[in-house]
Amino acid sequence: MTASTAAAVFHRPAGLDEALRLLAAHPEAVPVAGGTDLMVAVNYRHTRPAAMLDLTRLAELREWSDEGGAIRIGSGVPYARICAELATVLPGLAAASRTVGSPQIRNRGTLGGNLATASPAGDGHPPLLATGATIEIASVAGTRTVPVTAFFTGPKRSVLAPGELITAVTVPKAAGPQQFLKVGTRNAMVIAVCSLAVALDLDARRLGTGIGSAGPTPLTAPDADLIELPWRRPDLFNDALAEEFGRRVAAAARPIDDVRGTAAYRRHALAVCAARALRRVWTAAHGTESSR
Amino acid sequence: MRVQLRVDGEAAVAEIDRPGESLLATLRDRLGRYGTKNACEQGECGSCTVLLDGDPVCACLVATAQCEGRDVKTVVGAVPRPVRDAFIACGAVQCGFCTPGLLVSVADLLARDDDPSDVQIREALAGNLCRCTGYEKIIDAVHAAAEAMADGTARPPQRQWITTPVVPSAAAEATEATP
Repeated sequence: MTASTAAAVFHRPAGLDEALRLLAAHPEAVPVAGGTDLMVAVNYRHTRPAAMLDLTRLAELREWSDEGGAIRIGSGVPYARICAELATVLPGLAAASRTVGSPQIRNRGTLGGNLATASPAGDGHPPLLATGATIEIASVAGTRTVPVTAFFTGPKRSVLAPGELITAVTVPKAAGPQQFLKVGTRNAMVIAVCSLAVALDLDARRLGTGIGSAGPTPLTAPDADLIELPWRRPDLFNDALAEEFGRRVAAAARPIDDVRGTAAYRRHALAVCAARALRRVWTAAHGTESSR
Repeated sequence: MRVQLRVDGEAAVAEIDRPGESLLATLRDRLGRYGTKNACEQGECGSCTVLLDGDPVCACLVATAQCEGRDVKTVVGAVPRPVRDAFIACGAVQCGFCTPGLLVSVADLLARDDDPSDVQIREALAGNLCRCTGYEKIIDAVHAAAEAMADGTARPPQRQWITTPVVPSAAAEATEATP
């Protein structure tokens, strides 16, 4: 259904197929779900869309499903539901979701919107990078799947092309403890100065890392992930190892000085957060009390 | 473009002329519902908090055209009497600009949890900024409202100052006697 006058064009598709057709036919229409980014820009007249396309009525996007080894989260599932419904299977993403904005923002804001905005500071991104999530993107031409590591191309830029919608994010279930740490001036309503997600995979004996707000895009830290952990003798884990992990994470960051913090501070904070996060996941996994 | 929605239990119709018009602008400028306050227009302050199909949201970040057939409750329709009374009794209102948004958030919190802890209250109200009260009296008011809603009796707040050791029974009597 499309309601319009000469001045207001607002498409309200009832299903995904209709949404994709409308988007193909009206490339000027700006998709809107929670509006927590777009409406700010509209209110401040940074953008004045000639047409908008509502995603909140697409039931397909507002569900999540258990796919066995992974959870497929519809792009329109609001953060409040990720916190409430997925904290056990996706603890890292749920922890990050709890830090998004405020209750009002979490009731509206969606993972799909976070990805589409592709801010380097998006809270949802680091846990997706740490766990190797994949993004499902649809258009009238079909559906493609992009690893989250290949999704971001620059500040607020991604591989999302005109006519495409993010439909889902598939996140592997946690196979061990996960952490999300975020640095900001208060506990709510904060754009991260820097953020960090760590996922420990006890089955594959692998570590995954995602860095937020410390580079032109959210980043991984492949060199840090390869740090040699004492899997056979967990009690050999020590502070030196945690600090080396911190140094490698800081080295992977590509921060700048901006209004929220300096590059030097971000690197420092990331090193501290990374060491802390690794100690926490290791202790949670092995029950060994490493020295703080 | 015509949008039909329910506001505080009544059918409402808004004619909007741009797709990005916010629910906040529609409520205030087209429907004359001034209870919902406009401050930051970027979702930071929570003064425009309303319930959209039961969930607290910032009306400034909702496009009115997304609300076709939806149910909106503002401070007028969302807030039980004991919550309002408790805010007044506890001095949780100073300039009052943030109050409508806070009342809606508190109404939502108490609908989900009839006896929230301080931590839960702070988390539930994290999206509502108040520059006057320092929040302590607001938290008192939430506890007072929760008690009043539990037993149907409004009472003055029982304040536990950190610096003042309080004997529980004596404190209750003292509070009862305070005008």
